[in-house]
Amino acid sequence: MTDQKKPVLRAAGIDKFFAGAIALDQVDLTLFPGEVHALLGENGAGKSTLIKCITGAYHRDGGTIRLGDTEIDPRGPEESQALGIGTVYQEVNLLQNMTVADNLFLGWQPMRAGMVDRRQMNRRAQDILAEYGLHVDPSLLLSSYSIAIQQVVAIARAVELSGKVLILDEPTASLDRDEIDLLFSVVRELTARGMAVVFITHFLDQVFEIADRATVLRNGRVVGTRKLAEVTQGDIVELMLGRHLEAAKRDRSHATPGDTILSLKGYGKRGMIEPFDLELRAGEVVGLAGLLGSGRTETCKVVFGAVTADQGSAELRGKEIRLTSPRGAVEHRFGLCPEDRKIDGIVGDLSVRENIVLSLQARQGWTRPLSRARINELVDEYVRLLDIRLASPDMPIRLLSGGNQQKALLARWLATNPDVLILDEPTRGIDVGAHAEIIELIEGLREQGMALIVASSEMEELVAYSTRVMVLRDRRQVRELTGDEITTDRIVKAISQEETAA
Amino acid sequence: MIGSTLRRVTPQLLILGVVLLMNLAVFPGFFTIEFQNGRLFGNLIDVLNRGAPVALLSIGMTLVIATKGIDLSVGAVMAIAGAVAASVVTGGAGWFTALLAALAAGLLCGLWNGILVAIFRVQPIVATLVLMVAGRGIAQLITEGKIMTFLNEGLIHLGAGTVAGVPTPILIWLAMGTLVTLIVRHTALGMLIESIGVNETASRLAGINSRVLLVTVYLVSGFCAALAGVIVAADIKGADANNAGLWMELDAILAVVIGGNSLLGGRFSIVASLLGALIIQSVNSVILLSGMPPEFNLVIKALIIIVILVIQSPTVKHALYLLRASAGSAVPDAKEMGRNAPSAKETRP
Repeated sequence: MTDQKKPVLRAAGIDKFFAGAIALDQVDLTLFPGEVHALLGENGAGKSTLIKCITGAYHRDGGTIRLGDTEIDPRGPEESQALGIGTVYQEVNLLQNMTVADNLFLGWQPMRAGMVDRRQMNRRAQDILAEYGLHVDPSLLLSSYSIAIQQVVAIARAVELSGKVLILDEPTASLDRDEIDLLFSVVRELTARGMAVVFITHFLDQVFEIADRATVLRNGRVVGTRKLAEVTQGDIVELMLGRHLEAAKRDRSHATPGDTILSLKGYGKRGMIEPFDLELRAGEVVGLAGLLGSGRTETCKVVFGAVTADQGSAELRGKEIRLTSPRGAVEHRFGLCPEDRKIDGIVGDLSVRENIVLSLQARQGWTRPLSRARINELVDEYVRLLDIRLASPDMPIRLLSGGNQQKALLARWLATNPDVLILDEPTRGIDVGAHAEIIELIEGLREQGMALIVASSEMEELVAYSTRVMVLRDRRQVRELTGDEITTDRIVKAISQEETAA
Repeated sequence: MIGSTLRRVTPQLLILGVVLLMNLAVFPGFFTIEFQNGRLFGNLIDVLNRGAPVALLSIGMTLVIATKGIDLSVGAVMAIAGAVAASVVTGGAGWFTALLAALAAGLLCGLWNGILVAIFRVQPIVATLVLMVAGRGIAQLITEGKIMTFLNEGLIHLGAGTVAGVPTPILIWLAMGTLVTLIVRHTALGMLIESIGVNETASRLAGINSRVLLVTVYLVSGFCAALAGVIVAADIKGADANNAGLWMELDAILAVVIGGNSLLGGRFSIVASLLGALIIQSVNSVILLSGMPPEFNLVIKALIIIVILVIQSPTVKHALYLLRASAGSAVPDAKEMGRNAPSAKETRP
């Protein structure tokens, strides 16, 4: 249906180099009016880079961009927005401390006698948002609305300012099902008006639900553009990965767990996490389930000593210990892969090599440096074992894709040979391939007798690898599930039963 | 390791070379070195000798800046150290005792800064500003408000003497530079310092004791400043609390920046900072030798810094990279990255 129309945007032969690496290699992207075009690929495939080249946030090193009939060369997001290309990012970049109307009209406020005409602004904001099926009070602070509504406000702003092409970069990552439906109805409305929408996501179900065509990137190159009506999810995954992904099914072999490694009693921190008990044995994966803000991350931090518990006791292999700092925890052979990789995990400017040996070196102390040979041996071993894709171990870790950064962080802890490994959202924001590999790794580590605590918002994932699941709600442990009780149904019930009781 | 260091400091070496040639242009005898009365003489020796205080300061400053900090107090610490050394020798003690006392004073100052920054989490620029202002007052209290002169041969030797014909300050900063470089690069100290400079939160969660490291770098900075202070005092045979090391913290920061070290912390090179210190001293020298009024010194310094910063800016670096890539030289990492993809070169005219 879209083929007969003239393309609204045509990017051809886009090249982008980062020092020492090709990020985009002759990438083409064509958008027709009225279509939703999914941009797919593993992390590090070049999706975000392509978008940034099109909007001018990055200066491309080659290729042309035509908008309609004219060639454009935007110098930045403002310019591309003025030309008609609007972008909405996953983390809504609006101003939380201003009203909805302010956010919609910032920079082009209706004026009267040199002053902002608030009444008109609020009225028009209400009208605009009503077109998106949103009936909110535009004079309230943006922060008083949910992420989904903020997302729609961001879209409305982008559409009002641009109106030809709308780029949505992982808009559904933090939305629930109802909110996604709201967002999709807005998208359908826009395409009906003739806009072209680029949709970037990791969720293939949503792609098939909303998108007409998909362009798949791999290693900075386009590997194919498909009409989604003509292909299956398997076809797309195959394009993305370049190989068949085995259906990730495993029979949970219940190897009997070993000795108790860590025993926490009445452990907690006022204002962060209510006291809880935790018995962790070798060869066990304790899953932490719960909604956002239920205390998963807090539990991880308290166990690791990143936040010092103010009540309860901890015993490591029967001996009482105090966990007051990450350093102390590392000495006791604990490891923590934090939730926010960029802020709490990677040391961006240091090389992958240095990032991998960092914790081991920190534990040894600065006076006893690891030998060059030992470092190379460790790095080679883990790069191979975890299949970390990199040009060279000496490249700064920040240049790696999310999945590979996560693997490097896992390598950092595995190099310390930990007894207790805590993983907070180990698969967040990483692609399908790395996702499956990390789940496999967790299984493997458990079989080797490591004790793991894994917090995750993905219940299927928890069900796949947990030997026990601790369900959290309102910063409190509400239920513990073991053995056959561990199903997504039971976990959901454990969370919601509490909801009705509360 | 020597190869990578050389590559790292190539820009600084080139700039130093250019500035030295400028010296030669205004003064043909610039490179002449003579040996008279058991001592080396020459303009080049002067550059190395006069550059000693800033070179010493830049060693400590490099480490502090690598942790995303800054130490504004080094000039004042120089004054304190000079005053302590002077008052100890005038009190009748030997030069070695005086040196130790001065170094202890420097370490104490470093400890103060370090505790404010690492434990109380005061921003480094504010924390060290305290001592920058108060330090000179402390030095004045020690000298009782006047220039405290001394005649102790041993102490004077540190600033004005020679060892085997080489002026002592040159040997001191070379020794200190070598020592610190060896320590940070042959232990894991350098990597851990860079790590907390890049991302302190992540480093702490990785088990690094960032507090101890932060205190350590300020201690080193204080120690270096004390050495520089002793040299300056010994050179003029007196402790001048008002002028010793005045504004020298800015030259030290400049040396670190010219050395290509980012003020945002992380990767650092002490060798490059030392070259930066020499570049600054060579610029001073060229202005002196050319007979230009000294007012030009600051303006020319500023111009040179602008040139250096532009050369090192990411924009220029990226342009140079593209230039090299299009000139057809191999881009080894890119091929790896693209895996089995054909390289950019083959697909473009």
